[in-house]
Amino acid sequence: MLELANIRKVFNQGQHNEYWALKGIDLDIPPARVSVLKGPSGSGKTTLLTILGCLARPTEGRVRLNGEDISGLPERFLTEIRRRTFGFIFQQFNLIRGLSAIENIILPGYPGGTPRAQLLARAETLLADLQLAHRRDAKVEWLSGGEQQRVAICRALLNDPQILVADEPTANLDSKLSTEFLAILRRLAEAGRTVILTSHDPLVVESEVVDRVYSLRDGQLVEVVDTRRAWP
Amino acid sequence: MKPWIERQRHLIDFTAQSLARRKGKSLGLLVVYTLLVFVLASVALYTHALRNEATRVLAGTPEIVLQRLIAGRHDLVPPGYIEKIGRIRGVQKIEGRLWGYYYDSVLKANYTFMVATDREIAPGEIVVGPALERTRELSAGNGVSFRAYTGELHTFIVAEVLAHESELVSADLVLMNAADFRRFFAYPAGHHTDIALWVANPLEVRNVGVKLLDALPDSRPILREEVLRTYASIFDWREGMMLALLSAAILAFGIFAWEKAAGLSAEEKREIGILKAIGWETGDVIAMKFWEGFLVSLLAFLVGYVAAYVHVFHFEFALFAPVLKGWAVLYPSFALTPQIDGLQVATLFVFTVLPYTAATLVPIWRAATTDPDTVMRS
Amino acid sequence: MIFQPAIIALLLAAGLSLAMLAVASPFALQLIRHWDLGSGSERQLRLERLTYLFSMMVALVCGLQVLSTLLFVFNADKMSVMFVGAMCAVGALNANVYGFPALYAQLVAFFFAATWLAINRLDNQARDYPLTRLKYRLLLAYAPLAAAVLYLQFNYFIRLEADVITSCCGSLFSEEADTVASEVSALAPARAMSVFYAMLGGAILLAVWHWKGAGRGLWSGLAVGTASVAAFFAALAGVVAFVSLYIYEHPNHHCPFCILKPEYGYQGYLLYLPLFAAAAAGLAAGVLSLFGGRPNLATLAPQASARLAGIAAAGFALFVLGASVMVLRSNLILIE
Repeated sequence: MLELANIRKVFNQGQHNEYWALKGIDLDIPPARVSVLKGPSGSGKTTLLTILGCLARPTEGRVRLNGEDISGLPERFLTEIRRRTFGFIFQQFNLIRGLSAIENIILPGYPGGTPRAQLLARAETLLADLQLAHRRDAKVEWLSGGEQQRVAICRALLNDPQILVADEPTANLDSKLSTEFLAILRRLAEAGRTVILTSHDPLVVESEVVDRVYSLRDGQLVEVVDTRRAWP
Repeated sequence: MKPWIERQRHLIDFTAQSLARRKGKSLGLLVVYTLLVFVLASVALYTHALRNEATRVLAGTPEIVLQRLIAGRHDLVPPGYIEKIGRIRGVQKIEGRLWGYYYDSVLKANYTFMVATDREIAPGEIVVGPALERTRELSAGNGVSFRAYTGELHTFIVAEVLAHESELVSADLVLMNAADFRRFFAYPAGHHTDIALWVANPLEVRNVGVKLLDALPDSRPILREEVLRTYASIFDWREGMMLALLSAAILAFGIFAWEKAAGLSAEEKREIGILKAIGWETGDVIAMKFWEGFLVSLLAFLVGYVAAYVHVFHFEFALFAPVLKGWAVLYPSFALTPQIDGLQVATLFVFTVLPYTAATLVPIWRAATTDPDTVMRS
Repeated sequence: MIFQPAIIALLLAAGLSLAMLAVASPFALQLIRHWDLGSGSERQLRLERLTYLFSMMVALVCGLQVLSTLLFVFNADKMSVMFVGAMCAVGALNANVYGFPALYAQLVAFFFAATWLAINRLDNQARDYPLTRLKYRLLLAYAPLAAAVLYLQFNYFIRLEADVITSCCGSLFSEEADTVASEVSALAPARAMSVFYAMLGGAILLAVWHWKGAGRGLWSGLAVGTASVAAFFAALAGVVAFVSLYIYEHPNHHCPFCILKPEYGYQGYLLYLPLFAAAAAGLAAGVLSLFGGRPNLATLAPQASARLAGIAAAGFALFVLGASVMVLRSNLILIE
């Protein structure tokens, strides 16, 4: 569903410190599966994730989402697509301090102009789903790490995205919480959502939740492994 | 249309909350902004009220005042001049006026002595302006003595104190009977200070003026509209000068606003990064920041303007009065008629909101075009 | 030169508009030269970010033009006491030859900015930004216009001398002080009225037709644009020739500005706001219909053009309605 063709990405183009973070990547993300990008730091996995998640445009190459070429789209349209299609979970959770949990969750709904009541109702369903309804009005800085991450997941799901993108989601969690998180991911994938992660946490990479692992090194794809035998 | 309105509501919500969360920073800007509006609005409201006061006062004065000139200096009008003018078409009334200045060495102040033409004052009595009432503690029935320039002492009974409204003109006024006036100043019999002419049709005034010049070549007719015009340009000039002096303050404010807008805290940068990453577009962030500026400007403008209004009309412009007035020793303490004027508000807007908007334009754009992937790169 | 706040404010606004456009021009040139949406190069990304800044700037400039126009007229009105024979804004604007040209330049600048914003909006809706190069060429053309506004205003103000009393000579009229013309010349009311209703009615009908036709016709679009401009002038001529007379209830006072004053209940705003909005929208509707031929705008351009035509029709209708009510309510009888 999400295809990359010969993706290259450069930073500081034309300057002495010019640096190619991605040097020609071709890949195809399967729908309703959990895919992991793994690799050492500097391998380009985060850059690749930003391109997969339409957060950035590749310098060269094509990105196709459901068959449509979106690589040349200006930010205005790319953002719209991203808002409808992608949900993001970040390493630092990236919640806005000073706002309550529910206010954080409804933020991605603002630009679309959905009425507030509708957004709140949707957020409450999501919170209840992740057993966090009682923390609805707590300021996010008072939440525990696990709770913060669940708020972040709710926020990512607010616009009911097809694809969920997570950058090192377990980096700030202990093993128990990481396992819980993976269980949530599995549930989402089974419900038909596509999940893309970056991680170098063996707990994630070797987890049975993961369907496919892409290994990167120096901006190139070195290996693709399907980890689950039971492909339908 | 509906989603558009909803979107703006969301953005206003968000920006109001974020202003509230950053009280310290918002407050600093708000205080400076309000202060600037306050100072500029005070000056504008005050000069505007003065101008109106002058217009109002002049509305009751004659259309033309004729002075006699000798060697380019104002001189007494000799007897027979009124007769020489004779009948000019369009002139309703001609009157010789008697008035002069008197220096009171007790108070070291100048009074205007004048013969009232519109009221009868009994010999030996005077009517005084409110400033004399205050400074010499006079009231109706009291006696007061002035030493004339000839050296003799004249005593008058105060018959009445003039009303306080339009004190700007009447503050230092002393009205008396013609005979008393001539005796007090040893004024030559038959002479007048100047001649007042009332003309009904405003379009006739200039023609009357020309005819007066023909009849009395040594005279200078002064038209009321000219006085009005002169006042208007004096007040404008003063306001303009004040503004030129304050332009440094406006510039400083612009730089301050730029600094505030450009010097986003790490926290704010992070927030904008997050918003961009979770699906806000550059345009959304710009709109959000626009509302922020709108709210801040609205608040500063309202508070500053209302404070200025109170300052000018209830506290008599206490803070800056010496700068704009200051041409008489006796400060008239006059109540100005409150007045708000659209041109003035629009001008004020250009001097406060425009610099703010212009100064924050580039910083807002910088912040709003943060790459959405920055949050993943920290 | 008359030194007063409103004048400084006007010059400041005009100077700021020019400064912004002047600063933007080199970037606009860069944009015209290097724009390539297909590329993901850093330069292209930078240029795309710049377009947001330019949109903000032109929006600000457009807003400034509206504000300045009002300020300019108000200020002229206030200054009228300073000139012999000037009764209201018209007299003050006639005080030297730059007065009216400055006002006209200001209006042109407003319509230009409004049209630019309409093009910008349309361009931003198409995924390939097909009008970007055109937009920035227009932006380059805008800078000289802004310069002209500043030049005319500056010359107007610097040449103003209040007719004040001077102590050396006698009163003013002993020299030959020329009196400024305080009225604008006007058409005969009956003829103006027929032109007024014919033009505005025509513009409304054309705009409704274009709107009903979903903005698809190129010719109907161009007709709306042309008719809007014509209707705008007819409307102004009508205001001067008869609407103002009815409002003032005075058979000779033709001033198009005094109706904005509190003495006349600010009725002018009821007329001018819809009129200017309608004229700008109609003009933009015409301009946008030119782009219907481009592949990516084939649906968007007619849509936008139709919507603008709808706004124009509504605005003109409101204007005609307002003017007619004011005429009917008046106690003045001009035409038996």
